[in-house]
Amino acid sequence: MHIFSLICTNLRRHRWRALIGTAGIAFGVAAMLTILAIVTGAIGMFQRILASDSHYLVFERNVSDLFFSSVTREQVAAIRARPEVAAAHPVLFGIVSAPDHPVITCFGIEPDDPRLAKAEWRAGRREDFGSRPDEIFLGARAAEFLGARAGQTLAIGRGSFRVGGVFKTENGFEDGGVFLPLAAAQAFFHRGEAASVVTVQLRDQGEGAAFKGALEAAQPGVIALENREFNSTYNSFKILNFTAWAVGICAFCLGGLGVANTMLLSVFTRIREIAVLRVCGFSGRQVAGLIFGEAAAVAAAGVVAGFVIGFVLLGALERLPQFQGYVQASLQPLVLAGIVGTAFVTAAGGAIYPARFASRIQPAEALRYE
Amino acid sequence: MNRNREVIAQAREVSKSYDEGRIAVLRDVSLAVRAGELVALWGASGSGKSTLLHLLGGLDVPDRGTLRVCDLDPVDERSRLELRRHRLGFIFQLHNLIPDLTVEENLRVPALAVGRGREETAARIRELTTEVGLAHRLGHRIQDLSGGERQRTAICRALVNRPQLLLADEPTGSLDELTGATVFALLKALAERDGIAVVLATHERRFAEACHRIVRVRDGRLEEIAA
Repeated sequence: MHIFSLICTNLRRHRWRALIGTAGIAFGVAAMLTILAIVTGAIGMFQRILASDSHYLVFERNVSDLFFSSVTREQVAAIRARPEVAAAHPVLFGIVSAPDHPVITCFGIEPDDPRLAKAEWRAGRREDFGSRPDEIFLGARAAEFLGARAGQTLAIGRGSFRVGGVFKTENGFEDGGVFLPLAAAQAFFHRGEAASVVTVQLRDQGEGAAFKGALEAAQPGVIALENREFNSTYNSFKILNFTAWAVGICAFCLGGLGVANTMLLSVFTRIREIAVLRVCGFSGRQVAGLIFGEAAAVAAAGVVAGFVIGFVLLGALERLPQFQGYVQASLQPLVLAGIVGTAFVTAAGGAIYPARFASRIQPAEALRYE
Repeated sequence: MNRNREVIAQAREVSKSYDEGRIAVLRDVSLAVRAGELVALWGASGSGKSTLLHLLGGLDVPDRGTLRVCDLDPVDERSRLELRRHRLGFIFQLHNLIPDLTVEENLRVPALAVGRGREETAARIRELTTEVGLAHRLGHRIQDLSGGERQRTAICRALVNRPQLLLADEPTGSLDELTGATVFALLKALAERDGIAVVLATHERRFAEACHRIVRVRDGRLEEIAA
């Protein structure tokens, strides 16, 4: 017999308690998995909006959120004039509302924006984008929830627009957004001639440092960040990530209490048996190891069950009509490892007191009451 | 009994009390047990037999006096672990086996504590269970065994790590007359054939009288009487 079979036997003997502990960890894993997958997916989608075929992102210096950033037409022109720049595309972000849909992301872009070229056009033509000032273009998902077709007139905010076309993009946010020619968006949002960000494609990516230095020296009001650099420094991403981990860890804390309860009950009902193990030569450490082993087994089962629950939940959310397009679950191996690690640390934390108690059981005291 | 044999366990002027000294269980008792001896600690319930066994086995510590078991001090934590792992075996009135494990799995527990190899342990288990007539029960769970089989399993468990001293606390107390006699005969054989020192706590006179020595435990004191 291996120590593992002793652990399994102990858990099997108290299977309901073990299941409760497992469920606690499983719900923690599932909650963390779901939240992190959604948040990471959302961040990924937003990053792809910003990084569409570009190397650098230019926006107003010291701005708290990109929606409040203003890059002027002169600044856009200065960027385009840089010798390192192959292409620069200004984008204006805004929020619009439609009947029954109070929050819709609006993108003000130029007709040569690469996202239009990459889109799969369901109605209308890319060449018509920006040809008429009263036309709006819809992402396929937006067209679906607004119940709009090409050629129809649509009330957006305080204005009415003719739907000039509908296109499908791979990005959930873009697919659920509305698109206006940049000038029309600037007028709609009273932003003068400003854009929120400029996505910059360099002729040679190796010239990034030169481009950044020269641009920031010439235009002190803007900051140029490499996409990777932007992703790691943008505050909104940090807050989202932090919130996701915090909520997940809170869920795990409940799971940890479940494990502590399971292990404590398991120890209390086995005091005599643990005393016998001590009599048979088990050291305090070996007894503690047995309890930690049981907690680890509960955690392992919880991780497996949690992943199953989490992935089923994510699959269901991705398929729900209300969320379709917005939930694009994305999980990196490091995040998965973090979830597994947190599960085991939580279970180990929950087992500390029971293990300490078990390792200090005095055999004579426990066996006296036969 | 050969008086030249090695002293395996020795207690000198040992006292033990509970409830902050209000209940004196053992008062300045001394005892020496040699290899191959079967010594009966005979007395009524509550006389202090189990307490003396617990002290000899390092399960408890004395208030006063000195103990020496297999050249180790059972009061010292490290020595105590060494004693329990390699030098002594315990048998209880209630077998104290792990109910959901099989006979073989229960017998592997002491080997698990010392990290003994699987094959070596299997051979030792085969040897022991064959000797006590339990070889055909290895795969059975404890709850499927009779009282006598359980107690024989407990004896085997105590012997897995080849101890020099066996401490048996009323091992026949919960068995019928015939089964009790079988278990007692087994213990006696271990002492006489294998040279194991066996200390048997019992309240049954017939078993005490069949031992090599009888030490009567009364009012916390020991009195050696003729066997």
